[in-house]
This record gives sequence, structure tokens and C-alpha cells, in this order.
Amino acid sequence: MPDFQIKKNPKNYDVIIIGSGAGGGMAAYVLTQAGIKVALLEAGPLYDPAKNITQLKWPYESPRRGAGTTRPFGDFDAAYGGWEIEGEPYTHKNGTKFDWFRSRMLGGRTNHWGRISLRFGPKDFKHKSIDGLGDDWPISYDDIAPYYDKVDQLIGIFGSKENMPNEPDGIFLPPPKPRLHELMVKEAATGIGIPVIPSRLSILTRPLPNNKDRGACFFCAQCNRGCQVYGDFSSSSVLVNPALKTGNVDVIPNAMAREVLVNEEGIATGVSYVDKNDLQEYQVSAKVVVLAASAAESARLLLNSRSRRNPTGLANSSGVVGKYLHDSTGVGMGGVMPKLFGRKRYNEDGVGGLHVYTPWWLENKKLNFPRGYHIEYWGGMGMPGYGFGSGMHQTNGRWPGRNGVKKEAGGYGASLKDDYRYYYGASFGMAGRGEAIAREDNYCEIDPNTVDKFGIPVLRFHYKWSDYEINQAKHMQETFQEIIHKMGGEITWGVRGKEDDYGLEAPGRIIHEVGTVRMGDDPKKSALNKFNQAHDCKNLFVVDGGAFVSQADKNPTWTILALSMRASEYIIEELKKQNI
Amino acid sequence: MDRRKYLKTLAVGSLSAGVLIDSCAPAENKEISPEEVAASEGGPNRQPDEIARYKKITAEKFFDDHEMKTITILVDIIIPRDEVSGSATDAGVPDFIEFIVKDMPRHQVPLRGGLKWLDLQCMKRFGKPFADVSTAQQLEMVDEIAWPEKAKPEMQQGVAFFNQLRDLTATGFYTSKIGIADLGYVGNKPNQWDGVPADVLEQYGLKYDERTLAESVKFDS
Repeated sequence: MPDFQIKKNPKNYDVIIIGSGAGGGMAAYVLTQAGIKVALLEAGPLYDPAKNITQLKWPYESPRRGAGTTRPFGDFDAAYGGWEIEGEPYTHKNGTKFDWFRSRMLGGRTNHWGRISLRFGPKDFKHKSIDGLGDDWPISYDDIAPYYDKVDQLIGIFGSKENMPNEPDGIFLPPPKPRLHELMVKEAATGIGIPVIPSRLSILTRPLPNNKDRGACFFCAQCNRGCQVYGDFSSSSVLVNPALKTGNVDVIPNAMAREVLVNEEGIATGVSYVDKNDLQEYQVSAKVVVLAASAAESARLLLNSRSRRNPTGLANSSGVVGKYLHDSTGVGMGGVMPKLFGRKRYNEDGVGGLHVYTPWWLENKKLNFPRGYHIEYWGGMGMPGYGFGSGMHQTNGRWPGRNGVKKEAGGYGASLKDDYRYYYGASFGMAGRGEAIAREDNYCEIDPNTVDKFGIPVLRFHYKWSDYEINQAKHMQETFQEIIHKMGGEITWGVRGKEDDYGLEAPGRIIHEVGTVRMGDDPKKSALNKFNQAHDCKNLFVVDGGAFVSQADKNPTWTILALSMRASEYIIEELKKQNI
Repeated sequence: MDRRKYLKTLAVGSLSAGVLIDSCAPAENKEISPEEVAASEGGPNRQPDEIARYKKITAEKFFDDHEMKTITILVDIIIPRDEVSGSATDAGVPDFIEFIVKDMPRHQVPLRGGLKWLDLQCMKRFGKPFADVSTAQQLEMVDEIAWPEKAKPEMQQGVAFFNQLRDLTATGFYTSKIGIADLGYVGNKPNQWDGVPADVLEQYGLKYDERTLAESVKFDS
């Protein structure tokens, strides 16, 4: 007979945080620095990029040569998990599509991201006032700007001052010089009126002032593998480790949260969770509960925290929890630059990611879609991995070879061997990342029929792109083709027509989903107030992307960090005043 | 630590203070090295489910000896030894292919079937399977399937097989130590990125503008 006793943690914490990614890591950092006693629950194992090392490994150190069989972004990627996790399903409604990426480990999805750290601009908080779509945020850029400044200084980011109206500058470290293909992109795109500026990544191109725990970047291009010297931002190395040093946080790994516990007065008292190792039930209690489990997972927790008092879930008297789910749009295209065939070799790894990018540059009033996108670029002489050389029979008959003569496609032997050398380093690509409109009918909800292996009811997604996103994707297609043509490049993949929604990726693929527990001034239309505090439950906060009213044409991480820092300072004040 | 020393420390592969201390420990305390662990677990920093999967698939053998012999001949026809580097088998490509078909079962039927198709073609032409005919006959057969745009319609299945094997051979070879050196990839080590070398900029008629030079990160050594 199994033991069904629930084990209660005897410690009484000030704050429980669920999730250790950007939002949870920042909350743990800020609260523990202020002497607050924190329990940090993480649904996966511990992780430290200085100990769990895949950085600077060679492809032959992986038997699959870095392929993505068990990790979607390759064997050396730091992030465990992916779009599918054994025993933790999710479902879809009405044949719609949404792919949900989860990384259950210390640091969460900050272990997999491009370190692109863009501030939202003034317009991004007030888009309804501009185009009538979606909703305005209850805060403005001026409310969050001081926190962006503090995040810049605490974590470190490189970039350049540009004085663009909706692309606010930060407190930047110097950016790296562009690579060769990036100079070619810059020359081509600026020639047709498309700006190309230094990228803004949370990577330490110089040592971070007043920080002895982190080393500077040594330009291996492998941020996605985690950095042994902590030269880039991930939540484990930059936020959770310093929080641990204060002695004020207990990290509880492999703790899969089941529900938020609430008393008769509707006040949150703690959290119940299942320990993934012993599969026993546990409870931990605190004065304040902070959800940072990711937009969809935090919505799931709230919706699963049902009681007689809260029949539709906790903090959900408005009914908005799970709704307004939206991911960034994504379209990619790529090709080769014939002028780079047979290029000279040198180490051009650079930082982990792009050295230049294109911020949104047009006026939507003149276009048939309401929101913008930015463009990311890649290319160059990267380290070979699984898939290297594939499709040579579609390449080596298409362009003249080293001697200026076209070959018969395909082949074998010494001549083929030389083709791999000749074409190496000439590929490049670009990807648009755009803003989708937050809509009530794009949502996640509890599937009434399905539970995961822990017995926790799972999410069911309903998501459709609208013409706004599809028209935006069409614009990306046209822009990319124009840039590539101007560069003297030749497209080899990514051209898609109307029948394929112009190459628009399925929702969830860009891993920027936000909006499911949105903030607002009106408790009937929002779940949280402007300090990420639940309207219905004053000691409950949500500090992940769930709180967003709208995604911008930016990446969400920097805004999650700034909002979480702001909410955490508010929690400290409210605890001092004994309001919560 | 100044930047030059810092980079030097990085270059010897001991990246954190912890690693430096560990490497100074007496030899008798030496445990299994991370490299040995990685080799037995299917890569560095594997999760328990990844290790279990690796052990399970590597306990099985997919290709039989005859198939392996045929693959070995074919991959060396695709990537032979030349004046720059060794052959596909020198780089361990047959072992890579044996592993990858177990890791990605979608490769299994096309490769096994393709090998069988090839043997039957050789039986019809030469009365023996591919591995047992002369080198000249092997090349005659390969010439029928190695050139997608001029291959005869009845050779299309062979073309598809050969394309797949060419791709896997290239990946296996150029991700090996030999292949990476052949390619001339010189990264994956601590360094200072200070822009495209001057002679390369000149070759392409490009330069960094004044603003980029003024704003970009500079190095003191």
C-alpha cells in the first residue's frame, strides 16, 4: 500500500517562488538580497554551466555529432527538455496548433535563448491607443525604464546608442565588430533603406564592473551551451547563484508544483508539489507566493488551483487566465553568397549569436498589418555539426567550381571532397521575429480529459494566426528576398507562398509565448495589477511572461527581468508595511 | 587577472577556479575523467534518460558484417584519402553510420534496402554482390547512381540511396578530428574577436566605418 501522506515542510518561508528562469531567478535574487527567506521550487534538476559542461566540446565528442535527437537544439545545447517531454503531454482544440517548449531545470529556458535583450519601447506599452487593437498596458515605458537600467547594470548587455524612438538605448558594453557576411548584409540592407545596427545581447564583451564572479566573453559563439565563466546571462549563473550565497534561499529541485493552496479568506498559504524523485506529495507554506513557471505553466497552475471559493481557478474571477496567449511570429530564409566560395579561413566564431540586427523600421499605418518585426542574421564559418555537407548534390552542380567550370551535380571522390571545402562558410540566413496581436480566442485551458504522469490535469491549446500575422509574414518574405538579392546572394530555402502562410512558423516555435495572466487596471479584464499582483489574491504574484499585455517586436526576456525586479521591490515594501 | 593571463588560462582548457584546483589534486585521488564519463554515457553532461537511451541503442548491432563491409567500401569511394587528409574510414565514418541509424531509425530502411538494391544490381551485372566485384566494377556501378541529373530513370532508387549515403559520409567525416582539420575550421577556442582580418576586408572591398571602429570593443593585447 503506497504512502499517501502529505509531507509538510516545517519551515515557514516569507516567499515561495515557483520556477527559476528569468522571472523566478530575478525574484529570488532581489528578495534574498533584502534578507527575505525564500523557497525556490524548480520542476527539474540543478544545473550550473561551470559544472555541467558542453561548452568547447568538439562535434566528435557527441556520438550523434551534435544532432538534436534528445535535445531539439542539438546535443550540446544547455537546455534539457523540448517541445515534447515524456509523460507530460499537452493537447489541442479544434485541430489548431501550438508547440510548447519546456525546459525543466535550474534556470529554465534562459539556458536556451539567443541572449537577444531588447527593451520594449514607449509605443509597445500603448499599442491600443495607436491602432485600436489588443489593450494598453497599465504601465508606460517611463515606469519600467529605471528597471531596465538596473537590469542592464546587474546582468550586462552590449549594444550601441542609436536614439531610435521605439528602440530605447540601454547602458551598454561595447558591441563586437560585424563579421564578414554581416558587413555584406549591412551594406546591402542600408542601401535599400533598411537599418542594420549592432545587436544587443546580454554577453560581457568586457568584464562587468563591480562583479568578480563572472568572466568576460572569450568569443566561442556557444552561449546556447552555457558559459563556464558566466560570460553571458543565464538565470542559474547570474541570479540564482548569488541568491544562494546570501544563505536566504532553499532551492528545491525536481519539485513539480500541483496547486497553490488558499485559505478560507482567499489568501494564498503555500504550494503543494510532487517530488519527481520519490513521487511523494509535499506542501510548503509562506506569506507570499510568486509564480514564475512560464506563461503557460503559471496559467495551468492557477487554473488547477480550483476550490469552492474559486471554481474557475485562482486569480481568475475575470476569466482571462489562459487567454490572450501569443507567441512571436517567425519566418526564415537563407541561401549562399557565391562571392564567399573558396574563402580564406580565420576564426570568426565571435559571440554566441548575431553581431548586427535590424530593428523594426517602418510605419504600420502605411501597411496592411498592424505590428512590426525585427530581423536576425546568421552565417559564416561555424563549427561543423550533424547535417554538415548535406545536399551537396543540389549545390555543386549549380555554381562554377574552383576552376570556374560548372561540374556535374553529385559525384564522389577527391573532386567531391574539394567541393565541401570550397562551399564552406558561404551559407547565410535571416529570420524575422514579429509581434502578433493578443486575442481572447487564442488560449490555453485545462483539458477536461487528460492528466500527466503526476496526475496533474494538462493544458489544451487553441491558437490560430490571423490575417495580421499572415500579412506580416508576406512582408518578411518580400523584404528578405530584396536584401538577399541586393547582397548578391542566391536563395536556397525559405521561399513560401500563400498556401503555406508565407512560411509563418507554427505558434510556440519561437518560444516567446506570453499574455496568459495579463496585467491591467480593470479587475474584470485582467488577472494582475500593474505590480504583477493578483487582483483577487493580494499575496499572489506572477512574474513571468504571463503578465504581458502584449508582446512587442522584441524578445521578451529583458522585460520579464525588469518587471520581476519591479514586482520584487514592491513585495519587499508590502511585506515591510505588513500589507501582505 | 589581466586579460592576457586570463585568456591563457582559458586556452589550456581549465576554465574555472574549481577546475584548476581539481587538476592540482594528487594523482591517487584521480577519479574517472569527464572525457571517460562522456564516452561511456554518450556525450558530455547527459541526463539520466539520455544515458539510458544511449546504452540501450549501443547494446544493439544494426548492420551485419556484409552490410558493414559494403558501407566501408562505399564511404571511401565517396571520401577517399587525398593530399590534404585521410579517408572516410580513417575518420571512423562507418562506426558513425552504425550509430546514427540506431539513433535515427528513419535512416534504417532506406540504407538497408539501398544496400540490398545495390547488391542485386551487381548480381545482375557481374554475378556477385557489390563488395565482391572488382574495384573497376564497383566504380562502374557507382557511376550509375552518383550523378543525379544524368542517371537513368531505372537507377533513381540507387541515386536516392547514394545521396543519403553521401550526406551521412560528409557529416561523419567533417565532424571528425580529421575532417575539421581538412576543412580549416580554426575556432572553438578562447580568443579575442577583433573583426575581419584586414586582407580579407580588402579582398571583398569592404571596411569598417569610423563609427563602428570607435564604438566596438577594443582589446588591450
